Amino acid sequence: MDVQNRVSVNADDLCAWSRAKAEPQWLLEQRLQALKQVEDLELPEVEKIKLERWDIHEHGDYKAEKLWPGLQEAHEAVHSLVNFPVEGGLIVQHNSDVVYTELSADLAAQGVILTDLHTAAKEHGELVQRYLGQAVKPEEHRLSAVHSAVWSGGVFLYIPDGVEVDVPLQAIFYSSMSGARFAPHILIVAGNNSKISYVDNCISGREDIKVLHNGVLEVFAGAGSKVQVASVHQLAAATTDFTQRRAVVLADGAVEWIIGEMNNGYTATDTKTLLQGNGSNSDAKVIAVGSGCQKLSYTTQVQHFGRSSVSQMITRAVMREEATAIINGITKIEKGATNCDGQQTERILMLSPKARGDANPILLIDEDDVTAGHAASVGQVNAEQIYYLMSRGISRNEAEYLVIFGFLAPVISEIPLEGVRSRLQDLVERKLGRSQEFKS
Amino acid sequence: MTTLKIKDLRSRIEGKEILKGLSLEIHGGEIHAIMGPNGTGKSTLASALMGHPKYEVTDGRVTLDDEDLLEMEVDERARAGLFLAMQYPSEIAGVTNSDFLRSAVNARRGEGNEVSLIRFIRQMESKMKGLEMNPEFSHRYLNEGFSGGEKKRNEILQMMLLEPKFVILDEVDSGLDIDALRIVANGVNELRSPDRGFLIITHYQRLLNYITPDFVHVMMQGRIVKSGGPELAHRLEAEGYDWVKEELGITDETAGQDA
Ligand SMILES: Nc1ncnc2c1ncn2[C@@H]1O[C@H](COP(=O)(O)OP(=O)(O)O)[C@@H](O)[C@H]1O
Ligand SMILES: [Mg+2]
Repeated sequence: MDVQNRVSVNADDLCAWSRAKAEPQWLLEQRLQALKQVEDLELPEVEKIKLERWDIHEHGDYKAEKLWPGLQEAHEAVHSLVNFPVEGGLIVQHNSDVVYTELSADLAAQGVILTDLHTAAKEHGELVQRYLGQAVKPEEHRLSAVHSAVWSGGVFLYIPDGVEVDVPLQAIFYSSMSGARFAPHILIVAGNNSKISYVDNCISGREDIKVLHNGVLEVFAGAGSKVQVASVHQLAAATTDFTQRRAVVLADGAVEWIIGEMNNGYTATDTKTLLQGNGSNSDAKVIAVGSGCQKLSYTTQVQHFGRSSVSQMITRAVMREEATAIINGITKIEKGATNCDGQQTERILMLSPKARGDANPILLIDEDDVTAGHAASVGQVNAEQIYYLMSRGISRNEAEYLVIFGFLAPVISEIPLEGVRSRLQDLVERKLGRSQEFKS
Repeated sequence: MTTLKIKDLRSRIEGKEILKGLSLEIHGGEIHAIMGPNGTGKSTLASALMGHPKYEVTDGRVTLDDEDLLEMEVDERARAGLFLAMQYPSEIAGVTNSDFLRSAVNARRGEGNEVSLIRFIRQMESKMKGLEMNPEFSHRYLNEGFSGGEKKRNEILQMMLLEPKFVILDEVDSGLDIDALRIVANGVNELRSPDRGFLIITHYQRLLNYITPDFVHVMMQGRIVKSGGPELAHRLEAEGYDWVKEELGITDETAGQDA
């Protein structure tokens, strides 16, 4: 067993760094506490994946970045994701630091907070302390503990009770340097009866950027709130992505996940909703395209505690070349969570004989008075559909593309920001190996 | 002049021979109807002509204007001008009807000759109006959740937009009420022209009340067993198929039997 503590920081360095960032004492203690746990914890168990063989041991060095005065000079990959002028709010992290933050005066006046997490810990300490690390706990496994010890940059998004934000707020995490720590923590706290839509992209500057992205996204959805999280990861082939997303939803609250897993490298993500409150709701839609020799693990989970809570999970993945995907869906209904409904579907389209796909739907039900269901399939592009399209003069290549794109489209069309949506569309085309000239 | 020539066509599905040497020649301006009970090989003929991958052609020749149809891929056949309105059109989620139609129209027109979006939409909307289709259908996913009748109208819409040289309609009348039947028939009649041929597959006479055929053929056991003019369709409507079987000494009319 691997007992080596491979975190590239020690307690002294961490203290010095946290002080330099002027973090409050409670946060430093939280980091040190997590660091202490690292060596005692095992790597997470990821179904059918030998995580210990992945590049998940080195977290890289903190890389300080200067603030960006604006986005004029931003890398094209960042720039092209933004609709100018920014309507609601935008925050950009470059490697280890947040370099740009913008929030409309109108939203600020309503008490909405959008800032990097260090600043939030200083300026809204009580609030941040109440939630940080409460959904994804440091002690869950080694990668969680390392994350809690060394996260940097990140986002704090707070929406007060009763505030409804109609424009999506956007974040971009941009990695451009091999070996630079890339471990953002996103904390979204939505007050009772509030409404918010958050959209982010995780991107790399070049395909040879070698880093580990160890990211955590926590959502606390208050009673009666509506929270939408759309996230697209498009990290480089040399980058490993380990991401945990988790939402806790109170009574009559609703969380919606719209996830695009478009990395080119090894990826293990886990997206989970805890339906704590009665009448709470979770809807997760995940699309993924795997190519090259990627090893991929996508897990969606829901845990029902509240009565009459409702969940739906849909994952659709396309695997080409020699990509391998393990897709897990876990619906857990706890005793006492009567009158719940939990449904899940995992579908994988295999485009090449060397691609591998495995769909594992799991229902764990400790209550009788519930409805739950699952469907899973692994298959090829439907030959009858291709024939039908070709019989109208459409070439085989184009027909296959239409069918595959149609398989993914229902999720793409849900992305709330036009710029992000059309970039995702381009990205899917690229991942599917289609050059621009095929575009109709 | 457009001519589709089918000569001694034999076709198998899953190892079972269905078409057992079928010959037929159709010229531009002509409408031929193929009638016959269920299971006699009518759809197999349509599928073999279009090039469905499950239907293996084992013998015979088919040419469209002297081009060898059987040598072509499915999409090449379509671009050469063949159109098949299918008995069971596929449903394709995620692809909107209008995106699909535009891809098809552009494929037919060829590279560099694509139709402008505005013009395409205008054409599509006017044809849909003629077919009394709700404009909302252009934004729906291709055939997904369409009723039987809606699918048939959508097939006719495609035919009208693609303006093929040669049209095969496979049971386009099934599942249509009388109003829809009239609308679909109007669409077909609108496209009738001296340089366009039609092959209409049906097992009811009623469609032929709206579209008068020049020739009527009866299909049994994977072949054409009797041919005549429109009066043949009327007799079949009035008397059924038994007299044909008796006349020819056929007991089991279905295909896939050892004849
Ligand atoms: N996909 C298929 N797989 C197996 N047998 C088929 C298939 N399609 C048609 N057949 C068989 O071929 C014969 C003719 O069918 P078909 O051409 O559909 O007849 P029709 O259109 O005249 O009703 C039938 O015996 C039918 O069972
Ligand atoms: Mg048939």
